Amino acid sequence: MQRQPLLLIFFTSYSFFHLKKDFMQKILSKPEALKDATLSYCPGCGHGIIHRLVAECIDELDLREKTIAVAPVGCAVFAYDYFNFDVTEAPHGRPPAVATGIKRTNPDKFVFTYQGDGDISAIGMAETIHAANRGENISIIFVNNANYGMTGGQMAPTTLIGQVTETTPFGRDPKRDGYPIHLCELLATLEGTTYLERVSIYNPQNIIKAKKAIKKAFQCQLDGKGFSLVEVISNCPVDWGMTPLDSIKWTEETFIKTFPLGLVKDKSEA
Amino acid sequence: MPTIKINAEKCKGCSLCLKACPKQCISFSQQFNKAGYRWATLEKEDACIGCGFCYLVCPDVCIEVYK
Amino acid sequence: MKKLVKGNIALCEGAIAAGIHAYFGYPITPQNEIPAYMSKKMVELKRVFVQGESEIASANMVLGAAATGKRAMTSSSSPGISLKQEAISYMAGMQIPALIVNVQRGGPGLGNISGSQSDYFQAVKGGGHGDYRLIVLAPNCAQEMYEFAYDSFDLAEKYRIPVMILSDGVVGQMMEPVEFNKPEITEFADKNWALTGCKGREPRSLQSLLMKDGVLEKHNINLQEKYKIISENEVKYETFMTDDAEIIIAAYGISSRIAKSAVKIARKEGIKAGLFRPKTLWPFPSEAINSLSKNGVKFLTAELSHGQMIEDVKLAVNGKAPVEFLGRAGGGVFSEQEMVEKIKAMSEDKRAGR
Repeated sequence: MQRQPLLLIFFTSYSFFHLKKDFMQKILSKPEALKDATLSYCPGCGHGIIHRLVAECIDELDLREKTIAVAPVGCAVFAYDYFNFDVTEAPHGRPPAVATGIKRTNPDKFVFTYQGDGDISAIGMAETIHAANRGENISIIFVNNANYGMTGGQMAPTTLIGQVTETTPFGRDPKRDGYPIHLCELLATLEGTTYLERVSIYNPQNIIKAKKAIKKAFQCQLDGKGFSLVEVISNCPVDWGMTPLDSIKWTEETFIKTFPLGLVKDKSEA
Repeated sequence: MPTIKINAEKCKGCSLCLKACPKQCISFSQQFNKAGYRWATLEKEDACIGCGFCYLVCPDVCIEVYK
Repeated sequence: MKKLVKGNIALCEGAIAAGIHAYFGYPITPQNEIPAYMSKKMVELKRVFVQGESEIASANMVLGAAATGKRAMTSSSSPGISLKQEAISYMAGMQIPALIVNVQRGGPGLGNISGSQSDYFQAVKGGGHGDYRLIVLAPNCAQEMYEFAYDSFDLAEKYRIPVMILSDGVVGQMMEPVEFNKPEITEFADKNWALTGCKGREPRSLQSLLMKDGVLEKHNINLQEKYKIISENEVKYETFMTDDAEIIIAAYGISSRIAKSAVKIARKEGIKAGLFRPKTLWPFPSEAINSLSKNGVKFLTAELSHGQMIEDVKLAVNGKAPVEFLGRAGGGVFSEQEMVEKIKAMSEDKRAGR
């Protein structure tokens, strides 16, 4: 009997909370195109934000039921556990080829790949360039976090000069390791590409811009205008050896100096 | 009155929402969740303006915004 | 009415009749007739043809198209097939049905462009990484290039497994009359695993990465169970004069053609020779070979390699009969006379009690 008042307080506050919530409108929450799963990414990792932006765009364009996505090899290989639509795995670097096979045989479906820097611009560079050059009517979300995240932070093609990684313990030396690859600029030289933009997610303003770019890339495909790619400059706090806050600071102050944000190519209005 | 709801079990305590909140009304819990993180909570309930910045920066999609 | 065509063209027609939605390829001799023919025919039929940037890309395009339940194929020759192994292993793991054609040439490395049978191990023992099998069909004439290509898609879909046609430069290039007698397939069964967009159902995924504790082990057990069912049901072979044969040649593909002639010649010379020809190299007709391994029988494995299928023949015979070998590789092809000489020598040994 002694416990009753406590329980009463609990139920009262619980129902009050719900009453309050019912009264108000939920204005922002998990998009339908994301499953209700706990993401396996490290604390502060940009993948979760980018997943959400992709899912929001899918919802807003009403694409969920006609989407077939291609997951990479890398941290986002588990995308099929998080995206609430059809997803296939692909061998490392091959998503653009896999997406080509899907889209060519299913032109009425919405097809995008989600790839990291190693996947898209090292092992998969040939597949990337040739899918772009053929002007495949697909969209690519390219997450650039300047290292190989899943394998523990080795040098990627996009690793900055001087950046310390697992395999550049003395910093990336261009004499030994070459230079950071600017994929958007490289692809811009190809006639087959339609829309290329580099965005970032280190603060709310840029997250809003990133979403706009992703939506535009998706619309580009829906309008049958051809190859679109959005490069998202993201953060990898754990493999960079930083706190999440330091990682977004480094993104803003250092990372985007090498990879300037903005539109690289847009033929979609032409 | 605008407010937010944070899923304590999904939060990994990355603190990005704490930084993004223009009203500094989010702080960490004293307890740990099942995954071992102190989760973000709305400490100053009255201060929330429902701007959604916390939702925008949350990498774990564990914040809902009500207005 | 029969038409005179190359084996490679017959194969294309078989796949087209089977209703393939897409062909993805990359040039390499001696299979270039296939992408060239497909580039015209598939476009005329308003189906998909893409010349990929590499064998790797082409095989992954097949993976993508086939993941959506469409009928897709690729073709190549030995060095190119090595590059396709990545996608093949993934398709085996993801259980994606598709057709891969290997018109074998000489190896190792770039080798040469002559017909060869040196990729047997690669084809039947897995080829890529992981514990998996392909159904491997071995046509020995243009008619079978047509028929096996036609049948391969039903087979692949029935078991959700990639199928390989293991041909060779000779069968691929040889012109022969072919009866194009198969009805065009235009209706395809719904596939409850295919990625088609999640309208009206739960989302699906196809994956070979299975990280949760015990899941990959269970997946491998399931695959092995499937392979067992295939082994019990899909073995195909041809026998020629084996009933009373004392010397049985085991040969597939182009070698079996030469072997058949050799058997006929040997018979004329009073030697009781016969031919055993696997049409499926995996599943291998082990039981059939074993049941032929009677006392007084000798086997001769003849292949255009330095001894690959002979290992499976020996495993099948299981010590019940001697197994000898005749092989050439690197573009060399044995003549029927060479084979007859070998049969004679074996026959004499036998009479001498050796």
